[in-house]
Amino acid sequence: MIEVLRIAGAALWAHKFRALLTTLGIAIGIFTVGVVMAIIEGLNTSFSEQISSLGSDVMYIDKRNWFQGRAGWLLHRQRRNIGMDATDYILERAQYISHASPRIYQRGNLKYEDQSLERVAILGVHADMGVITGVDVVAGRYISPIDTKHRKAVAVIGHAVRENLFEFKDPVGRKMTINGRKFLVIGLLDKQGQMLGRNLDNMVYIPAETLLKMFGRRWRNITIAVKASEPGLLAEARDEVEGIMRRYRKLRPGEENDFAINQQSSLQELYDNATGMLWMVAMGIGSIALIVGGVGVMNIMLVTVTERTMEIGIRKSLGARRRTILWQFLVESMAVSAVGVVVGFGLASATALFIQKSTPLAARIPPTWGLLGIGVVVVVGLIFGLWPAIKAARMDPIEALRYE
Amino acid sequence: MSPGGATGNSLITFQGVTKVYDMGKEQVHALRGIDLHISPNEYISIMGPSGSGKSTLMNIIGCLDTPTGGRYEFEGELVCDVADDKIYKMDDDQLAGIRNSKIGFVFQTFNLLSRTTALRNVELPLIYAGVPRRERLERAYHSLEQVNLADRAEHRPSELSGGQRQRVAIARALVNNPAIILADEPTGNLDSTTGQEIMALLDNLHHQGNTIILVTHEPVIAAHAHRTIQILDGMIASDVLTTNGQAGQL
Ligand SMILES: Nc1ncnc2c1ncn2[C@@H]1O[C@H](COP(=O)(O)OP(=O)(O)OP(=O)(O)O)[C@@H](O)[C@H]1O
Ligand SMILES: [Mg+2]
Repeated sequence: MIEVLRIAGAALWAHKFRALLTTLGIAIGIFTVGVVMAIIEGLNTSFSEQISSLGSDVMYIDKRNWFQGRAGWLLHRQRRNIGMDATDYILERAQYISHASPRIYQRGNLKYEDQSLERVAILGVHADMGVITGVDVVAGRYISPIDTKHRKAVAVIGHAVRENLFEFKDPVGRKMTINGRKFLVIGLLDKQGQMLGRNLDNMVYIPAETLLKMFGRRWRNITIAVKASEPGLLAEARDEVEGIMRRYRKLRPGEENDFAINQQSSLQELYDNATGMLWMVAMGIGSIALIVGGVGVMNIMLVTVTERTMEIGIRKSLGARRRTILWQFLVESMAVSAVGVVVGFGLASATALFIQKSTPLAARIPPTWGLLGIGVVVVVGLIFGLWPAIKAARMDPIEALRYE
Repeated sequence: MSPGGATGNSLITFQGVTKVYDMGKEQVHALRGIDLHISPNEYISIMGPSGSGKSTLMNIIGCLDTPTGGRYEFEGELVCDVADDKIYKMDDDQLAGIRNSKIGFVFQTFNLLSRTTALRNVELPLIYAGVPRRERLERAYHSLEQVNLADRAEHRPSELSGGQRQRVAIARALVNNPAIILADEPTGNLDSTTGQEIMALLDNLHHQGNTIILVTHEPVIAAHAHRTIQILDGMIASDVLTTNGQAGQL
């Protein structure tokens, strides 16, 4: 076996340039699939990291579907707004929901002493939101039911707000203004990072009722975040919430929902569909390139077999069996495709590294590459090398020796 | 008729061996019924005009080719038995096995692998015999020593003279301790001095107990053998013992 490898190596080396050219097809195939895999792998990592902040057992009830694109958005704009009372309406009736909180969005400008921050996301929430988002409070405390009840002007700030507004001072106990209204900072949240391009740390949480009182309640659309009592009961919780919301909206049986229940998994689905398409395209290009490359390998092996008819004759006259010759050429064609795989992977790794260095995308080289590479070597080498190898193995020794 | 076969201890037995090449329109009768016995340690030369069937005969003896008729036994083992009502032929791999372990070929054109060193060329039959690497290299080297080429072990054929190449080929033929060495015009591509060197080597191998058959056009070369077979138009025209390396009836 070692001998067979040695022979194949020597034969390849004798025609290194030709071997390299031949395997270009395979290299391109591997390269395409490799780069797409690296990109998808990178996307996967950052995506699942990012959407995990949504919480897998959390649903967001909103009048519009988050993942429906522009057309859906225009359509859903006609719907009635969801009101503040929906939160308690759900909490009172639901079995499978442990926490619920409104989530009201308001853009705000912050000021502290001579520092200011513009266009920060101000979120009006209830105490339950702390549990729903699951973010740790690293200093001070979260918003309490008393804060909401008394519409207190208190704020829990994200990490980026602290850095930009308070620099290295302890923010808890300090007073800042939001759109000119005074707020007392009562808590600082742990670092959360990005989600789909939004900086989760550049946010301020205040009691929902305070937000409505200070910044107006007209035209407010409220999103309600609810958390399932057990992650395993998410489906039940969803059905239940849907029923409760239909009652809340006073919908007749058969009438369409005029609200949407958004959750992490629907985002995941959307994402999977998109990357799935990318996969299919890459696989399509990759396999076409592999077939073209394989035909190249077959062609070069046929040429090689013909060129080396004399050699085959000599080997046979010295007692090489059919199987031995067959393997010699199969190993050689696998070696040719191995060159392609190595070149393709080499280029793909370099590209992945380049993408990683020059873009925020974490293009990663998955460990499955090794296996894929070996698989390709074996399959392409075997399939496309088989016919030439059989041709060599079946040669008649006399005719082969006489060949010139 | 067959002087060597009288001993009964037969290495090779041919009975009515024929070879017909079917060329579609016409048939070429290369061999037309050869009866032959060859005993161990014989030294035979085969002569005859071009196209008379000498190479065909050698190839069949060497299990490179199979006859289209007749019976062939090698060391008492049936290689091939073809008649109107029966066909027995060893399969390709069985023939390869015999070639590997029992036959040593020396060709007119040397037939060495050009990209490979002398030592590696000599090693080839041992690879196919499944001999372990260390023993292989030792035996190949020893074989090269026998033909006085140990100092050229790492040279490629292109770096060797014709005579040296043929000596490498002989070393390769010897390396598996074959039952018989077949040399088809081994001196055909060499000048007469070099040819005599090669013949001296073959004489020596015969002395050591090897069986040798060689094809030649030159009476001087044929004279080295102890038995000369004349082939004419695919048939044995004469088969005579010669003494002391002197040609008998020519
Ligand atoms: N593969 C083949 N196909 C058809 N005819 C063949 C083939 N090989 C040999 N022959 C014919 O068989 C006959 C014997 O050929 P062979 O090679 O045995 O002659 P030879 O005695 O070795 O001649 P030379 O002295 O020229 O080498 C010739 O007529 C040749 O044309
Ligand atoms: Mg001939």
